[in-house]
Amino acid sequence: MKSFLSVFRSLAMLEKTVEKCCISLNGRSSRLVVQLHCKYGVRKTHNLSFQDCESLQAVFDPALCPHVLRAPARVLGEAVLPFPPALAEVTLGIGHGRRVILRSYQEEEADSTIKAMVTEMSIGEEDFQQLQAQEGVAITFCLKELRGLLSFAESANLSLSIHFDAPGRPAIFAIEDSLLNGHFVLATLSEPYPHSQDLRSPELCRPAPQLQAHSTPLLDDFANDDIDSYMIAMETTVGCEGSRALPSLSLPPGLQPPCSPGPHSEEEEDEDEPSTVPGTPPPKKFRSLFFGSILAPAHSPQGPRPVLAEDSEGEG
Amino acid sequence: MKFRAKIVDAACLNHFTRVSNMIAKLAKTCTLRISPDKLNFILSDKLASGGVSMWCELEQENFFSEFQMEGISAANNEIYLELTSENLSRALKTAQNARALKIKLTNKHYPCLTVSIELLSVSSSSRIVTHDIPVKVIPRRLWKDLQEPTVPDSDVSIYLPVLKTMKSVVEKMKNISNHLIIEANLNGELNLKIETELVCVTTHFKDLGNPPLASENASQARNPEQMAEVHIDIRKLLQFLAGQQANPTKAVCNIVNNKIVHFDLLHEDVSLQYFIPALS
Repeated sequence: MKSFLSVFRSLAMLEKTVEKCCISLNGRSSRLVVQLHCKYGVRKTHNLSFQDCESLQAVFDPALCPHVLRAPARVLGEAVLPFPPALAEVTLGIGHGRRVILRSYQEEEADSTIKAMVTEMSIGEEDFQQLQAQEGVAITFCLKELRGLLSFAESANLSLSIHFDAPGRPAIFAIEDSLLNGHFVLATLSEPYPHSQDLRSPELCRPAPQLQAHSTPLLDDFANDDIDSYMIAMETTVGCEGSRALPSLSLPPGLQPPCSPGPHSEEEEDEDEPSTVPGTPPPKKFRSLFFGSILAPAHSPQGPRPVLAEDSEGEG
Repeated sequence: MKFRAKIVDAACLNHFTRVSNMIAKLAKTCTLRISPDKLNFILSDKLASGGVSMWCELEQENFFSEFQMEGISAANNEIYLELTSENLSRALKTAQNARALKIKLTNKHYPCLTVSIELLSVSSSSRIVTHDIPVKVIPRRLWKDLQEPTVPDSDVSIYLPVLKTMKSVVEKMKNISNHLIIEANLNGELNLKIETELVCVTTHFKDLGNPPLASENASQARNPEQMAEVHIDIRKLLQFLAGQQANPTKAVCNIVNNKIVHFDLLHEDVSLQYFIPALS
């Protein structure tokens, strides 16, 4: 895409000088030809080489997702501002009072002495054009991928729809315009709950207790803040450095290690646990970006990257 | 042990944000000491910081509309927390258009300083951002290492020039050498010197003025032209200067010959003391 983008690098210059742009395919020499017809008879021709490739198409249907959120991209863009730019994943869900919660997702680190800051953004239902989801549902997905889509949608003043299902099932981010519609499919983390017996069924819509426990509204009480019992435990620990005297703390529910991907996918980070649900799309992986032009009759072009896992709808 | 505080005034919030930005530039990890009247940001003399110490103090009533704290015990009514300074400044960054900001000491599976920000919103419902900053509670037996450093009897005490000017001079000098000599006398003269085999560069600041001396005996004994000097690591001085975004209300430099240089600044109502030891 980089070479294609370099043709259109300077928008200001393009708007001033380019009258017409012709894009054609030269099959014989395997070139994508982009020709800019500019003022004063100037013609710029770019020959971009391409390769045929096979790419898998993710099978998804937004209509099958039970939960939908829709808001102007600007609202979501503002919502992700407080999160650090380096943050990989975020959890989106519905909390108390039908507030939409975005929360930074931290993987359990081996070196758990250095803990990261947890950020949570809570938005009222009124800011959303559509909110069709119950309290307690939540999904975790890659924030970095979403930021790219948000900046485009914001600049084009579009609304963004988020169609999602249970954790582990893909989430579909959709935008629509008079000229195009786009579906951005992201894998979500599935969350194995060690206490529950029937984890196998991927159709089970599991509530996300971590959102209810932590996203309490601003109450001026110390109900959650039982620092005193912590202090008592710390002071009575004998013969240790202050910093190492922390009593061992159990992980909050939901902060469990994510389910590792199937055998074929490439992973950005190492996962050690075997996959518990076969066919689950690998977590944290951007799948593909489909842009369909409403004007063109042809089917949507393939995404640029191969998608390395089985269909989410695949049989067994 | 409890702590909760609230800021509703925009100017106070901005000021507090600026203070935390400054602390984040000066120390990666610092200790926050909470007492009934004050908040302190402390960096004590550790090997990790290369001997640099910092003591920043602010009066809580200048910032917080509500402030409640309960220390470890009635006799020791203080709380010492260790935190990553950048977390606090990042959390406060989101409070630029806030209606209110609350800080609370909480225990969300581990001790946290929870910063809760209510943002102004176009719609009727407000947006709330919560940041849980992990902290380490420092036990009482370690408090003695985190007390206000005693101001040494200095040989020379002088007002600093405009810090921005000083910073740009030191920045350029850093390219030549890491070893800086800072010297001053009671005649209002301050020099920054670097010496290498090839070149010596000195920047002279004149007519700076000296604060009145504490004891009269000292003023008679010392020759006003005589310089007191300290050899320091230039990067430490640069880090200190880089942390000052605005020119302070008051800036004094105290030099103990060949031992330590002590900077005593006042940013409106926040005092900052910074100690850079001599190179050994």
